[in-house]
Parts: sequence; structure tokens; C-alpha cells
Amino acid sequence: MTMEKIPVSDFATDFDHTDPQWVADPYPIMEDLRERCPIAHSNRYGGMWVPVLHEDVSAIANDTEHFTSRTVVIGAGRPGEDAPPAPIGVAPPISSDPPFHAIARRLMLSEFAPKKINALEGFSRELCRRLIAEMGDREVIDAAVDYAQHIPVGLIAKMLGLPQEDGDLFRSFVHIILEGVDLPQEERILAFQPVEEYFIRVLEEHLQNPNDDLTTFLLEADIGGMKLEDAHVFGTMILLVVAGIDTTWSAIGSSIWHLAQNPEDLARLVDDPSLIPSAIEEFLRAYAPVTMARLVKEDFDYKGCPMKKDDWILLGFPAANRDPKFFDRADEVIIDRTENRHAAFGLGIHRCLGSNLARLEMQTALEEFIAAFPKFELADPSGVSFSQGQVRGPRVLPIRILERS
Amino acid sequence: MKIKLDLDKCQGHGRCYSLSPDLFDSDDLGNAVLLVTGELSDDQVAQATLAANNCPEYAIEVIA
Ligand code: HEM
Ligand code: SF4
Repeated sequence: MTMEKIPVSDFATDFDHTDPQWVADPYPIMEDLRERCPIAHSNRYGGMWVPVLHEDVSAIANDTEHFTSRTVVIGAGRPGEDAPPAPIGVAPPISSDPPFHAIARRLMLSEFAPKKINALEGFSRELCRRLIAEMGDREVIDAAVDYAQHIPVGLIAKMLGLPQEDGDLFRSFVHIILEGVDLPQEERILAFQPVEEYFIRVLEEHLQNPNDDLTTFLLEADIGGMKLEDAHVFGTMILLVVAGIDTTWSAIGSSIWHLAQNPEDLARLVDDPSLIPSAIEEFLRAYAPVTMARLVKEDFDYKGCPMKKDDWILLGFPAANRDPKFFDRADEVIIDRTENRHAAFGLGIHRCLGSNLARLEMQTALEEFIAAFPKFELADPSGVSFSQGQVRGPRVLPIRILERS
Repeated sequence: MKIKLDLDKCQGHGRCYSLSPDLFDSDDLGNAVLLVTGELSDDQVAQATLAANNCPEYAIEVIA
């Protein structure tokens, strides 16, 4: 971060999701707001509202009449006049509103449907095994750096038909786009240049040498007989890289972080791997990595909150997932929970397009990790650090392996 | 008891066909497809309830 910010003293009236206190542990703050607000406000970022109840997060996610997805990452500026307008936006379908949204989304659904994604299981498992093998016999490994971060990168590169070696590059792109929210607009544009150059080159290469991959699929796709506009293909490619990497990296990391601190849960999963799918849903609920944003379309009164045109809404799926009015024992992690309507992948028309892929990655990553390491713990609890911004997960996660199989 | 699936609400979260594959399948877009019609057996009621309890969009109901 380039600018020093004033620390938040009261999250109810001066909310900031990049404040160190929130980054370190947001859950007690959410709980406090739920009792006092339950929609927090802030003048930061030009005005922002922060619902923390499931019912409000759900209502806003489903209300595309009053809220636009034109920008879903909160920054100091609003999308400028020259940014592609709603309903298409810079990165369809996430930045699109109805009616265009359904068209842009439908186009890609089949490519991310279970039938297509399940075919990648072998690739994902091999990748996990190779990463584990590369750890050798080290006693302490970093599960975020040596393991979790490589899995989504490997899979999305495979799907888009891009070289596996470009992984580091993708992560730097994601960083530029997601974590640079506080850079002034001009600096953001400058920082974005290498990303643009990379994808323009990739698209040119694929135009010359079409392949059986998602990049070629997008280049050849059409809407009502018309090829997609270049800006649409480009925006969607970037969206897939951005939306797929930090998110799943975080979800895998948080799951391992939990197991490292809860040996009884780890032992249960080692004894009975058939519990892994329900454990994954519970980790997604309790440690939901993704918070999205909306912009208020026109001045609008929501439950007594005087929302102004272009105010931000910070759409806290993680907060919805911990709402005790919606979940029993909301703050406890119960790996065999049988009723779990969590919102980690969003609610309504923008439901995560990549959820089948994310689940496959989490499933193979956890299965392989606990099969190889049936006992492990945090090597340095105070050395764990979490990302800042709208995607939350461990970025440094030192793990001591206590038993190898 | 019967299953009611509201495809207007379904967003393809895929919880139903993962949890209760005997009752639900996915179409080519990942949305739910109902595999049974009519009265459910006791075992099917349990499976249908599990699916309903995990659908984030409340698209599934088990009704009398
Ligand atoms: C555990 C990992 C993931 C989580 C928690 C997650 C979460 C989310 C959430 C909450 C949304 C809703 C956005 C909104 O309402 O504005 C979303 C949308 C989306 N996600 Fe994911 N995501 C994950 C992984 C992925 C992966 C692996 C991909 C693809 C490579 C992906 C691609 C997308 C796309 C394209 C959208 C936009 C869908 C639309 O607007 O219709 N995500 N994701
Ligand atoms: S769980 Fe609900 S939203 Fe998901 S596919 Fe089944 S019916 Fe549709």
C-alpha cells in the first residue's frame, strides 16, 4: 500500500475493509455490527454501505433493479465516463447487468458445467501430487506459497490453453487488479499495461493457431450470429484469471489453516475421507473468501438507509455466512453440517460460474494433502498472514508436518 | 411427499445433484434436472430434504 490511512475507530460509521483490524480478524467486527446496525456506513471511497445480515446480502444480491454490478471491486474512484457502460461492463458477465448479463453468462455455462469440469480431476490431482513431491522431506512447508497458490493457476492455465510457466505472471496480474484498489486511477491504468499486452498477444496467437481450449472457444463464440467484441473476449479472459486464482487459493489455504489448528477435525477426515465434501462446504461457509461490491443506481432508501447514486455496497458473503439468524451455531465450524445454504459463491444471477471448478480443486487439494500428511500443525501461528481487500485467505501459512504417509 | 423444483430460482449451485444424485442431475449448463416424479419413498424424502436444505436459492421444496 502506498498511502497511510487513518485507522478505523468505529466500523459502524467509518467502515473500511482494508483496515488492519478487519484484515487480522473480521468476524468479531461483523458480530458487533450485526447487533448494532445492521447496515454499517462509511464516507470512505466516496460513500459505502455494508450489510452484514444474510437477509440484506441476499436481498441486495437479488435486486438488480436498484444495484448495478458495473464495478464489483471497490476503489477510490468510480468507473469513469469512458468505461464501458452497464449493462456490459469491462469484464462480462461479472460486470454486466440484465438483460445482457444472461447472454454473456449463458455463453460460458457449458464450459464450467460439471460434465466439462469433472474431466479435469486427473490433471488437478497430478498437479497436487507433484507439488507435494516437490516439498521433499522438509519439516516445515508453506501451504499457501508452496501448495495452495499453484493449484488454481495450473487449472486456469490448462483451461485457457496458456503455458503452465506463466503462473507467476498471472498472480502478479491478479495483485495489480485486486489489491491495487487504493492507487490513483492513472497509476492503476499504468500498472495494468503489462496485463493488457500479455492478453492481446495470447489472443493473437490463438487467432492464428486455434486450439481445443477456452480461449479459442471465446474467440469463436457468437451472440445471435455476431462474434463477441474484442473487448468482451479480453475482459472475460482477465475475469477468469482474476476470479479463479486468489479465490480458490484462499479457500484451499483457509481449509488447511483450519485443519492445522483443529486436530480432531483433521483426524476425522483422515479416517473418513467421504466427509471431505461436506467439510469443504463448511470451510467455504465459515471462511468464505469473497466479498463483492455493487453501486447504487439511483438515490434509493433501503430499510431506512438513504443510499445515494454511486454509493458502494460492500456485499459481504462472508458476513451472511456467519449470521446466527440464518445458521445454527454460526460461529462454529461443524464439518458434517447437514443444512448449509452458504453464500460463499454468491446468490442470484451472478452465482460463481467457476464453483464446480473451485470445488474440484478444493477436493483434490485436500484429499492429496491429508493423504500425504495425516498430521500437521501451524509451525508459527503469529507468522500466518492474510490478504487484504475483497478476497480473504492466508498468504503466508507455515505448516509443520508431524507425520508423513 | 413430492419434490418441487423451481427452475426460475435455480442458479446452478449444484448442491442438489452432488448430494442426491439419485434424484437430481445437471443439464449441460449446470442447472438442476429432476429425475423423479410423483410420490417419494421414505429414503427419497430424506435425500430430497438434504438437497433442499443445501440449496442456497431455495429452489427445492419437499411438499405434501
Ligand atoms: C473458492 C473459490 C471461489 C469463490 C469463493 C468464488 C466466489 C464468487 C462469488 C461470490 C461470485 C459472485 C459475484 C457477484 O455476486 O458479484 C463469483 C462470480 C464469478 N466467479 Fe467465482 N469464486 C471462486 C472461484 C472461481 C473460479 C475458479 C472461477 C473461474 C475460473 C470463477 C469465476 C467466476 C465468474 C466468471 C464469476 C461471475 C459470474 C457472473 O457474473 O455471472 N470463480 N465468484
Ligand atoms: S442446489 Fe439449488 S440452485 Fe443449485 S442446482 Fe440444485 S436447485 Fe439449482
